[in-house]
Amino acid sequence: MSQPRILDIRKKILNKNDELAHDMRAQFAANGVFVANLVSSPGSGKTELLRRTMIALGDRYVAAAVTGDLATENDAERLAQSGSLTKQILTGTMCHLEADMVANAISDWDLAGIDFLFVENVGNLVCPGDFDLGEDIRVMLVATTEGEDKPLKYPTLINTADVVIINKMDIAEAVECDVPLLERNIHEVRPGAEVFKVSAKTGAGVDEWVDYLQMRFEDKRIQVA
Amino acid sequence: MHELSIAMRLVESLEEELANQGDVTVSAVNLRIGALTGLVPEALEFSWEIASDDSVLKGSRLAIEIVDAAGYCPQCREERIIANLQSFRCPVCLTPITKITGGHELEILTLEVLDKDETVAETEPT
Repeated sequence: MSQPRILDIRKKILNKNDELAHDMRAQFAANGVFVANLVSSPGSGKTELLRRTMIALGDRYVAAAVTGDLATENDAERLAQSGSLTKQILTGTMCHLEADMVANAISDWDLAGIDFLFVENVGNLVCPGDFDLGEDIRVMLVATTEGEDKPLKYPTLINTADVVIINKMDIAEAVECDVPLLERNIHEVRPGAEVFKVSAKTGAGVDEWVDYLQMRFEDKRIQVA
Repeated sequence: MHELSIAMRLVESLEEELANQGDVTVSAVNLRIGALTGLVPEALEFSWEIASDDSVLKGSRLAIEIVDAAGYCPQCREERIIANLQSFRCPVCLTPITKITGGHELEILTLEVLDKDETVAETEPT
């Protein structure tokens, strides 16, 4: 019996996604667009935080958002209330966004006229982790309603986050969330992450997050210039 | 469950590689998958059967080598394995590790292939 021949491949499985994300990142940089990829479990408050964030940025900047959802356009409709450019990506049964889906969604937008692009990923705490979307920062939301050990349960995604936002601070006490423990758990699985505590509903704490975004945006403009 | 997406990308990627390899049967696909990818090997193997069904890769076996999560400890100035994903700390000095050096691998290493005429010869009684 003949021995199998070994073909040396040495290639990344997601090389197409990675290459496209790399090109998108270069395009975003050339046009001075700061890009944030928002991930969380379903119902953590991504859309509401985004709506509020875009309203807060709206005075001085042009913010745009693409939002991934399995089946409905509700998120884009809600985000459009902020007056910003928005587009829905319907993923069907896909549990995450890939770079080409974002590239297609923004293909008819003039990037030069956009300062911030927010990509709201599909609500999922595992799958979005492996897909680079060309973002500058990955932002993970965790709500006080989700339990203090949520970060420990999903370490692979949270470890890729640059920023972790604890949302629903307004009801933290009512749901008996031990916020300091939640923060410790975040730092245990993602040392060095920036952590913000907000209530997307009341707006509390959102200013600090928006200030951080502006700082990162200005930094990027300086670096590119 | 993004294993099916990954399996489909894998099929696409390998079909490209095999396009200029002549008429071959693939017996095994050797992969390196990092512990930080969030992929479940069993789910990937299951997805592989579905994703490869209509392709030249049908019937091939996935052989998955898991790569440990690893990071650089600034205190020890050494690369350390992070075995416990609930705590990203140096296992020796407990310093938090921010710089990840391994665990995100999603790589195709090699393919084991049989040239088609040989496989036919094997299956025919002599």
